[in-house]
Amino acid sequence: MQTHQFDALIVGAGGAGLMAALYASQGGAKVAVVSKLYPTRSHTGAALGGIGAALGNHEEDRPEWHMYDTVKGGDYLADQDAVRVLGEEAVDAVIELEHMGLPFDRTSEGRISQRRFGGHTSNFGEKAVRRACHSADRTGHMILQTLYQQCLRNEVRFFDEYQVVDLLLNQGVACGAVAIKLGSGEFHCFNAKATLFATGGWGRVWQVTSNAHSLTGDGAAIVLRRGLPLEDMEFYQFHPTGLYGLGVLLTEGIRGEGGVLLNRHGERFMERYAPTIKDLASRDVVSRSMYLELRDGKGIRGSDYLHLDIRPETVNRYLAEAGETRRIDEDFIARNLAETLEVCRTYAGVDPLQEPMPVQPTAHYAMGGIPTNVNAEVIVDAAGKVMQGLYAAGEVACVSCHGANRLGTNSLVDLVVFGRRGGKRIANFVREAPLIPPPMDAAEEVRAEFERIRNSEGSSRPGELRAQMQSLMMTHVGVFRSADGMRQGRDAVLELRQRFLQDLGIDDRGQVFNTDLMEAWELGCLLDTAVVTAECALAREESRGAHSREDFRERDDANWMVHSLISSQASGLVTEQLELALNHDKSVDRSLEAEDERFAPKERVY
Amino acid sequence: MDISFRIRRYNPEAGRTKPYWQEFELNDVEPSHRVLELLHRVKWEQDGTLAFRRSCSSGICGSDAMRINGRNALACKLLARDVGPKIQVEPILGLRVIKDLIVDMEPFLAHYRQVLPWFVNDGPLPADGRERLQAQEDKDLITDSTNCILCAACTTSCPSFWANGEYVGPAAIVQAHRFLFDTRDTGDDARLDALGAPDGVWRCRTIFNCTPACPRGIEVTRAIGEVKLAVRKGATAGIIDPATIKQQH
Repeated sequence: MQTHQFDALIVGAGGAGLMAALYASQGGAKVAVVSKLYPTRSHTGAALGGIGAALGNHEEDRPEWHMYDTVKGGDYLADQDAVRVLGEEAVDAVIELEHMGLPFDRTSEGRISQRRFGGHTSNFGEKAVRRACHSADRTGHMILQTLYQQCLRNEVRFFDEYQVVDLLLNQGVACGAVAIKLGSGEFHCFNAKATLFATGGWGRVWQVTSNAHSLTGDGAAIVLRRGLPLEDMEFYQFHPTGLYGLGVLLTEGIRGEGGVLLNRHGERFMERYAPTIKDLASRDVVSRSMYLELRDGKGIRGSDYLHLDIRPETVNRYLAEAGETRRIDEDFIARNLAETLEVCRTYAGVDPLQEPMPVQPTAHYAMGGIPTNVNAEVIVDAAGKVMQGLYAAGEVACVSCHGANRLGTNSLVDLVVFGRRGGKRIANFVREAPLIPPPMDAAEEVRAEFERIRNSEGSSRPGELRAQMQSLMMTHVGVFRSADGMRQGRDAVLELRQRFLQDLGIDDRGQVFNTDLMEAWELGCLLDTAVVTAECALAREESRGAHSREDFRERDDANWMVHSLISSQASGLVTEQLELALNHDKSVDRSLEAEDERFAPKERVY
Repeated sequence: MDISFRIRRYNPEAGRTKPYWQEFELNDVEPSHRVLELLHRVKWEQDGTLAFRRSCSSGICGSDAMRINGRNALACKLLARDVGPKIQVEPILGLRVIKDLIVDMEPFLAHYRQVLPWFVNDGPLPADGRERLQAQEDKDLITDSTNCILCAACTTSCPSFWANGEYVGPAAIVQAHRFLFDTRDTGDDARLDALGAPDGVWRCRTIFNCTPACPRGIEVTRAIGEVKLAVRKGATAGIIDPATIKQQH
């Protein structure tokens, strides 16, 4: 097996991974980025509407208002030390992206243009504010491209289409990862002083999702299998506006520019649920409102979708009604929401300039993940003990700046702010730290699991197991949840997991680009992630943010203002029983609240 | 609807040393299904060995460029109703096929790197610690070329590239355009040198295949034309009139 030695190993080449790679390499570290996709294929590129930062280029804005919105949006579960970092460093990080050449849209003064976005307000919830810095509606694409380009300029070493399948631990310290070179099937050992996981989310656990096929929870599952905890796995966000039937994302920026959600009666129903900022309430609130409308039979033509309307005549009518002077026209939409027009025309045969878009909530973003502190260092217990040599950033990490529900634009903020922090921290760490060698026979366990899958001849095809899991999770561990449903869902997913272990059958026994094998292994990651999600959701007996219980409808700050940590006690890599252990010992950091009582938990009204 | 698929297969590892065609039938296909979903149905229901790249499934990641009914496209952006009921799929041309629909992307990416595709401006940053100023009209000069997702659909539809794999190709030139015409960038000299080299922009014979091949709707041939003018002048200033760009968007 070929072994590579680096100061820093970055797993995943989305925004967080590239940001970390860039800053670690600028700090003098010898960096390798290992990614199962070509870097520019990463899902950061699908982020659309903008990146939030209190630049105040159109109207007054302040980082503390951004922090307030983030804490409130997260339904008071976010760690406020992380939120403070997010709000403070967002401004600087966005300016740095501009200096790296990111082609933002501009104001008439030539500054970065900003638009409204869900849950972002001025003056502690008073009114919607223009905070989302944008490059048309492909901001994530531009961030990904810009960071990749700068990494090339900085001579970061890329291992494209190498898929990490295991984490290397030795003497209780992380010392790299095992990867498969997809083009040859060979196992490679990456031995590093610091390893940062930036592997993204696991939207493919659910049936309707905005996520790429590649978002299979690899990073979360690998860490879980190596005995490390995952945090707040019950909190998974459903984005309100997925294109009906497909789940493809339609940006919140559509509503930021004035678009409205309508039910079958043409009623702008969000006026009832969020009287102040209406369609721009936070995503959990809007998605739940949509479900309630659908449950009341107010879906379009009695079906299970609603309308999103950006036609100028509709938008301008509501703008006039609100006493605003701004008006939009078709050119404005074509310039600022080009991606939206393209997606709707291509996939739904709907021209948003002529008719409203059919939408339904779509599985979108994991608030939970690998627990870290504000320096992207992975922590292993409720007291915050650091795992030496291991880092995580971006969606796979849980720092937790999003709490129980993430605000739109804050995922991009998260990945640049904490990716950068991780990169800088790593650059310092590797200067002094020794290179711990990998354990003997580093890849044997994971290789055995791959050989099992490669030679499997059972009757359960991966595609069939995956579809069943996705349907179960959509029904039982989706927007609304109850104990009975979740138990049923969890048990059924556990049965699928048994079939995956005992009755799997794939076709391809080859080495070169064996995508049959890789998809099956990824299914194993999805199944583990799904089980853990259901288990954490079942345990949390309250409703908070994206976790909405029909049998526990209220938020319960007295008992549940705590993070959950779940880990597997099983002694092998992939075992029959996960032997999960769950605790709620990790408290929420409330340092902003200690300084300013406006950050104290209260009922969440938009 | 029912779909007849004809897929170009190649898998020397499995003992088939030459490419061959294989046919698959799919029933109950929704006309709104993407070709990518149909490929997944073949893979998941009939033959797991079928290999292709894909990720986002919504036209933004650029993984699944392939030749569908003779024309380059992203499999996730074409619907069954647009191309069915007989669909022929083969790998993009001009790059070595590794397995089924998967080609070697390295030469393509090497050409990309050849044009120094990164922002350069080592001058002083604004004293107020804020962003550089840029007029929206100036940003609009590169809006079209920043849309590129490096899927290779343009380059692998280009007869000049088929004839000579050393030619940097349309995608690399579009990427260069994005920096050459960025009013904030100062790295033009080195980039214009790379593009003026024998296998640079002059290999383009204005055949126009690239423009309809682009799944992002980039006016590729136009961008190449502007880069040619810039190479000839040794500078980009004054080549594009911002007013015409604004109209176009």
